[in-house]
Amino acid sequence: MSAAPMLEVRGVSAGYGTFRALFDVSLEVRAGEAVAVIGPNGAGKTTLLRVISKIIAPTAGDVVMEGTPLGPVPAHRVVELGIAHVPEHRRLFPRLTVEENLRMGAFHPAARAKFRERLDFVYELFPRMKERRNQAAGTMSGGEQQMCAIGRALMSGPKLLLMDEPSAGLAPVIVQQVFNLVKRIRAEGYTVLIVEQNIQQVLQVVDRAYLLEVGTIKQSGSSAELLASPEIRRAYLGL
Amino acid sequence: MFDTFLLESVINGILLGGVLALLALGLNLIFGVIDVVWICYAELVMIGMYAIWWLHVYYGVPLPGAIVSAVMVVALMGVLLHRLVIEPVLGKPPINQLLVTGGVLFFLQAAATLAFGIEFRNLGLRMPVVEFGDMFFSFARLLAFGTALAGVLLLWLFLTRSYLGTAIRAISQDREIMPLMGVDPRRIYLITSAIGGGMAGVAASLLVLQYDVHPAIGLSFGPITFMICVMGGLGNMLGGFLAAFVFAQFISVGGYFFQIEWGYVIAFAFFIAMMFIRPKGLFSR
Repeated sequence: MSAAPMLEVRGVSAGYGTFRALFDVSLEVRAGEAVAVIGPNGAGKTTLLRVISKIIAPTAGDVVMEGTPLGPVPAHRVVELGIAHVPEHRRLFPRLTVEENLRMGAFHPAARAKFRERLDFVYELFPRMKERRNQAAGTMSGGEQQMCAIGRALMSGPKLLLMDEPSAGLAPVIVQQVFNLVKRIRAEGYTVLIVEQNIQQVLQVVDRAYLLEVGTIKQSGSSAELLASPEIRRAYLGL
Repeated sequence: MFDTFLLESVINGILLGGVLALLALGLNLIFGVIDVVWICYAELVMIGMYAIWWLHVYYGVPLPGAIVSAVMVVALMGVLLHRLVIEPVLGKPPINQLLVTGGVLFFLQAAATLAFGIEFRNLGLRMPVVEFGDMFFSFARLLAFGTALAGVLLLWLFLTRSYLGTAIRAISQDREIMPLMGVDPRRIYLITSAIGGGMAGVAASLLVLQYDVHPAIGLSFGPITFMICVMGGLGNMLGGFLAAFVFAQFISVGGYFFQIEWGYVIAFAFFIAMMFIRPKGLFSR
């Protein structure tokens, strides 16, 4: 049982222009795990996911997916390695229909071959998406858009699902639904790396978490450990 | 009282509209997807017309072969235009993009003048005239209309039914996340440029059946094409398609009531008025 981690982030530093957002960040995600990166706004959580899916290049360090260093991999081929990214604010194509958005998720050749099968799977997981399949994605509610964004990511047949603030900008009742979605995704056997500010709730659905503050990992441990940590209770949970 | 000549003008307007719609479509596609205006679009059509004339008249290539080759040549020019001229100025101020493609306009005009001279050239085809009731229609126009509609339909099917076409529509809505979908944005831009160029090539093959080609011919329909795109809402392909038929009716029916030249004057006057009333285009939401 000493298998190598599915995803390893090794000493990554990154930034935008002269601004440095991440300093020597390392973390790992094992197959079947759900891991959260928690921390305040501006801590570098989104940047971290963007480095993993290569929307931006790190200035130092590398990311390794199942033994393959991502350094030389072009951004649009990362998804073929089994990494699907549900971006911050969902980022659906607003004027495409729900089904067209899902089709975009299955763009790479290996995914196209399984389009029908996975579409049925996504519609079974989210029957609401089937009802709305011909509706423009931008006209749906925030919660429905989040389902569509997750569905779009699942269409690529990922092993690892990156989720960036899935609860952001949603009404409190919907937030709970979104975390239930995360639980269901886990139950389907996907490995999940999720970034959240909603610390109390995300720690209920993941196994482990890392605390990221101003671009560095300050603390890590199991969900129970972090929930019990005095610093986290004081600074983030208001207890 | 039934006026046969008026009906003939209306129908001729519809036929003209098909060709204008095809012309506008390529330009609209490029603008909608890449967010760049190919000022030299009509000059690409001009090169396509010369390519057909040159292959057919000089080398005796049968017309269908010459047309297919010309469409491929202009599609390739679209790719080169993107790769060599547009790519370096992507993300730069729009004025720079206008200036570089404007530069290509003069370059292509000058190149055509050097290569082919300023004479008016034509294929020397005798296209039959179709008689229907008391009305007469040029066969070339009917053919152009049919081809234009088929081209529009094919493009629409491609954009809505295929993965690549869906990606072309998606990239205009959110470019940054395209790599997350496994899409290389650069490749999509090159493919879109090839299609835009190909549309210009198809338009060239329809125009060369009806009109003489000369180095400045782009000026005679380039401005109309731009106005149609603007009137339909730049980048709005359905809007551009409908605007082409509106514009063509002004030219054709206006030319029936007054003289041909007045048709254009009325069409332009309508365009200017519309720019005050609906500056974002006739069909903007």
